[in-house]
Amino acid sequence: MSAAVHALELQGVSRSFGALKALMDINMKVGPGERRAVLGANGAGKTTLFNAITGDFPPTAGRIRYFGEDITGLPAHERIRRGLRRTYQSSQLFHGLTVLENLFLAVRGVSRARFSFRRPGRNDPAMEAAEEMMDTVRMSHLAHTSVSELAHGQQRQLEIGMALAGAPRFILFDEPAAGLSSAERTELVAMLRNLPEHIGYIIIEHDLDVALRVVSYCTIMHNGAIFKEGRPDEIEQDPEVQRIYLGSGHG
Amino acid sequence: MASVIEETPRESDGVLARLVRPVRWYHLVIALVLLVFPFVSTGFWTVQIAAQTFILGTIALSLMLLAGYGGMVSLSQLTIAGLAGYMVAVFGGASGGLGMFWPPIVAIPLAILIATAFATLVGALSVRTEGIYTIMITLAVGMAFYFFVLQNREIFNAFNGFAGLRPPPVLGINWRQPEYFYFLSLTVAAFGYFLVLYLSRAPFGLALQAVRDNPRRMRALGFNIQAHRIAAHALAGFIAALGGVLMVWLNTQISPGSVGLGPLISILIIAILGGILHPIGPFIGALIFVLLDNFAMQLIGGDRFNTVIGLMFLLIVLFSPDGVLGLWKMARERLKASKKPSADW
Repeated sequence: MSAAVHALELQGVSRSFGALKALMDINMKVGPGERRAVLGANGAGKTTLFNAITGDFPPTAGRIRYFGEDITGLPAHERIRRGLRRTYQSSQLFHGLTVLENLFLAVRGVSRARFSFRRPGRNDPAMEAAEEMMDTVRMSHLAHTSVSELAHGQQRQLEIGMALAGAPRFILFDEPAAGLSSAERTELVAMLRNLPEHIGYIIIEHDLDVALRVVSYCTIMHNGAIFKEGRPDEIEQDPEVQRIYLGSGHG
Repeated sequence: MASVIEETPRESDGVLARLVRPVRWYHLVIALVLLVFPFVSTGFWTVQIAAQTFILGTIALSLMLLAGYGGMVSLSQLTIAGLAGYMVAVFGGASGGLGMFWPPIVAIPLAILIATAFATLVGALSVRTEGIYTIMITLAVGMAFYFFVLQNREIFNAFNGFAGLRPPPVLGINWRQPEYFYFLSLTVAAFGYFLVLYLSRAPFGLALQAVRDNPRRMRALGFNIQAHRIAAHALAGFIAALGGVLMVWLNTQISPGSVGLGPLISILIIAILGGILHPIGPFIGALIFVLLDNFAMQLIGGDRFNTVIGLMFLLIVLFSPDGVLGLWKMARERLKASKKPSADW
């Protein structure tokens, strides 16, 4: 793969819902292993951007390339199989299953043996990978707990574990710190920083103490378009950005 | 809730240890009662109560698999069972209709195969819908089948249906004898029960439950959710077909009345009465249903069965949406809570 290939490259991506233009001509290049924040007020189009990238709501115009491959027309599950993952603003978990079973399905979904009538043994590779992932997100003690019995913070943790399962190459985190306690946010920052270097991500996060500490570049969105881009320190110091999005008291 | 690992035996364990691990003392008591029952009861209790419970429970089990694990309430499970029963009659040489006179070794598997294929088709038709629309589509299939067999004389012998249907003698055994028919029904019921129980923790079963909980996320994880749903219909159809073959032998006849709206709804009532979230629920529901069916007449008069079962149904779903199993679970949790020492000193 040549050095010029980007993990994610958006060219003129737009998305409309009837007369509403949720995304307008988005151009963005994210390198392999790069970590970026997408910031902006509610309704700026951040989650719609994620939906366009993952294929949940494909763009109405423009092209999306993922590690050089044009994935604009691919269904969501084909993008997942190529190592593109996401988390959701509100947890999208399987509440009738246990923590381990949720992670097991996340691993199994991207393997070839998705459809199987045979119970997994202890040496099942997907089961081992799920157990490893439980360690990573520090949930091993909750392996057999039903998701419906988990606290909100634990559900957010599991949501991240689901995104990390099965060899991801690029992850889209949609407000991972929402509803977390201060201690849980600190843990989240540590976990994001400790991700393997080859895994790049885009994070949408309203808590700038989290977002600006885990990325090397920021994109600010406003009314469905890119408003400004820069390093975290530039963004933090930018008076216009401060005034409009961050609040003048920030910093 | 039990999980994959809890129920997954360690590879290093012997086969016997792996089989015996989940067995509790009350499982042994139930097994003993089931084995001894036909030898200490009358033919009426052995066949009309016990065997009928196993058969109706098996058909309701197929609905439990779809609704409990898959979130798809199908009203056509009795139709699938009825089709299998009709096919046994048609291929097995009952008088009237097509009357094929094929040997049982061909007729019975073919009947089950046709019913399973039909269930798969119904599944393919209904899986694109959700909730009330699935119920309506499967109800429409059930009603269409009812009117078809009612009017079709060439294959299904119209309103007369078929009579004199008995299990064929295999290995020189007369399977109509109460004890033999009891064990035949018990074997089929146990096969269905353990199959569903096993699959509930296999990747297919887990995926099916995950599709029920969050289809959008499952799709995003890379699973083909329609394929899982259709496979569930096929599997449930197979189980219902097994029950259907036994049902026709139990009643020795099948007619449009056997697959009408009443029996269709009865299967739903049985599954919900017992509890739709665990495979044992349909058998508990079937036992209550069969007991009421047989004894309500003696208790409160001949035509009050539907009133009694309706009231029973209302009471149970009012207090426990998960049927009798839910009541049992609530009672156990209260007992546990009352046994816990108080945190106050």
